[in-house]
Amino acid sequence: MLQYVIKRILVTIPVLIGVTFIIFTMMYFTPGDPARLILGDTATEEEVTELREEMGLNDPFLKRYVNYLKDLSRGDLGESYTTGLPVTDEIKARLPVTFRLAVLSCLFAIIIGIPVGIISAVRQYSWLDNITMLAALMGITIPSFWLALMLVLVFSVRLGLLPASGLYGPIYYVMPVISISAVSVATITRMTRSSMLEVIRQDYIRTARAKGQTEIKIIFKHALKNALIPIITVIGIQFASGLSGAVVNEQVFALPGIGKMMVDAIKARNYPVVQGGVLVIAIMFSVLNLVIDLAYAFVDPRIKTQYSRKKEKKGSETVRSEG
Amino acid sequence: MEQKKKKHSQLREIWRRLKKNRLAVFGLCVLILLVFLAVFADVIAPYGYDEQNYAETLQFPSWKHWMGTDNFGRDILSRVIYGTRISLQIGFISLTGGALVGCILGAVAGFFGGAVDTVIMRFTDILMSIPRTVLAIAIATTLGPGLTNAMIAVAISSVPNFARVVRASTLTVKDQEFVEAARSIGASNARIIFRYIFPNVMAPIIVQATLGVGTAIILAASLSFLGLGIQPPTPEWGAMLSAARTYMRDYWYMVTFPGLAIMLTVLALNLFGDGLRDALDPKLKK
Repeated sequence: MLQYVIKRILVTIPVLIGVTFIIFTMMYFTPGDPARLILGDTATEEEVTELREEMGLNDPFLKRYVNYLKDLSRGDLGESYTTGLPVTDEIKARLPVTFRLAVLSCLFAIIIGIPVGIISAVRQYSWLDNITMLAALMGITIPSFWLALMLVLVFSVRLGLLPASGLYGPIYYVMPVISISAVSVATITRMTRSSMLEVIRQDYIRTARAKGQTEIKIIFKHALKNALIPIITVIGIQFASGLSGAVVNEQVFALPGIGKMMVDAIKARNYPVVQGGVLVIAIMFSVLNLVIDLAYAFVDPRIKTQYSRKKEKKGSETVRSEG
Repeated sequence: MEQKKKKHSQLREIWRRLKKNRLAVFGLCVLILLVFLAVFADVIAPYGYDEQNYAETLQFPSWKHWMGTDNFGRDILSRVIYGTRISLQIGFISLTGGALVGCILGAVAGFFGGAVDTVIMRFTDILMSIPRTVLAIAIATTLGPGLTNAMIAVAISSVPNFARVVRASTLTVKDQEFVEAARSIGASNARIIFRYIFPNVMAPIIVQATLGVGTAIILAASLSFLGLGIQPPTPEWGAMLSAARTYMRDYWYMVTFPGLAIMLTVLALNLFGDGLRDALDPKLKK
């Protein structure tokens, strides 16, 4: 098991380095001279050249990338062109908002999606199942930013029940979380339903029923446990969708998160901030993928056995060679 | 002759299965209607997409303007109809580009294996470790706003999915006898991939592409909504929503209809894609 955990962590490291390379390359080729952007149109050509030299912008691509990695290893993401503050500080100030949005959306999707999916599977083809599936289909097709606009229109403009923008308390999270999680609720519901339907037709469920087990126990102890693996995969993917949703929806609700910071930075051509934002989101996503993969190993005994078998085999081979 | 007949009957069988799925047929009908609107937008739309009429700005939906008018007095229905052209164009072109590159990468990785496979798949792993919207935003930032650049951003972000699907399918067919037979008669690697492997991994590619067009349309709309994709006055639905936001408090219809158009299109694509998946591989139907 430990072997699997170590292997999985080791795989993540080169991927993360690759991410830094891709992001650096994209920003490297982004048009616009950073020195000119910092100094403004009034600066002379000499001043711009001097700053370019100082910032190492005249260095070759690889040298700049290595320097970028060195800075990164110290937690230095550069300085914002507009405020002059370290990008790390700007991200630190905004990360909790985006993270909270993604986590809350994911939790909301799990809390609604799994029970609804189970009910839908248990009552297959009932009116409840049909309505649920129709709603899930709608959830998948609605663009989250449009749903956000519609929620604002109904609950803020018409009914005046919820605040339309800003972040001054828990109530400000309600509409963003609903709009971001709509796709996730729908996807988790659909996946739970189909996964449960597959499991409840298995022989061991019939055996459990034959033994006189209660329906609740059959569903939660026997069926759901076995149906969980594909659901966990979907939850992982949905967290990413939550992050992406947060990036777009922060704009609609004027929430001070990384998404809004990035979009504002793109408009101001403040590239270190964009680069830092993309990198932090990619790291969050990769770490989450790692956690999900590790969670599999705990939920799915097959992975555990696979590794313990390998270990046993190795052990017996050693004994044989020693003999 | 025999092979042609078999192909025909296979297509007929898929169509027969697809026809049975009412939701898929509904999706297909809506899609045909949307393609019709996109092609004949010049004839169908009552006004030009950029025809401004300052005497009729911000008019609520009426018989004259079914979806109302915007702040420039432009007819929203006409802009939504022309928007079908833009959105379908983005969806199909970007997906085709992404699918082409992704399929070639996936097939090459699966077919050759070894170091080639490792390099290609690690590259897709890297791309996949950035959420798709964020990746598209980053690419759009590098390329700058505009229709072509938005399509490139959406296309690149769809490459990893296709590469993965095609690689997995290639691995299952590359050791089969017909590939061996092709090799034994001296077919080149490129010929084996394009002539023998691709036709046999088409089903998952078609499904992925049909379902992917909807995602591509939403992604492009998101980019435009953020101001990073298609720019005004082009009537792209996301860009229309972005421009309408300022007026939404008093003029609800401005943000309602373009969004409904996106939703309907994606719904049709998803229904048709789901039906197609079931028809192509009945084993997958649950």
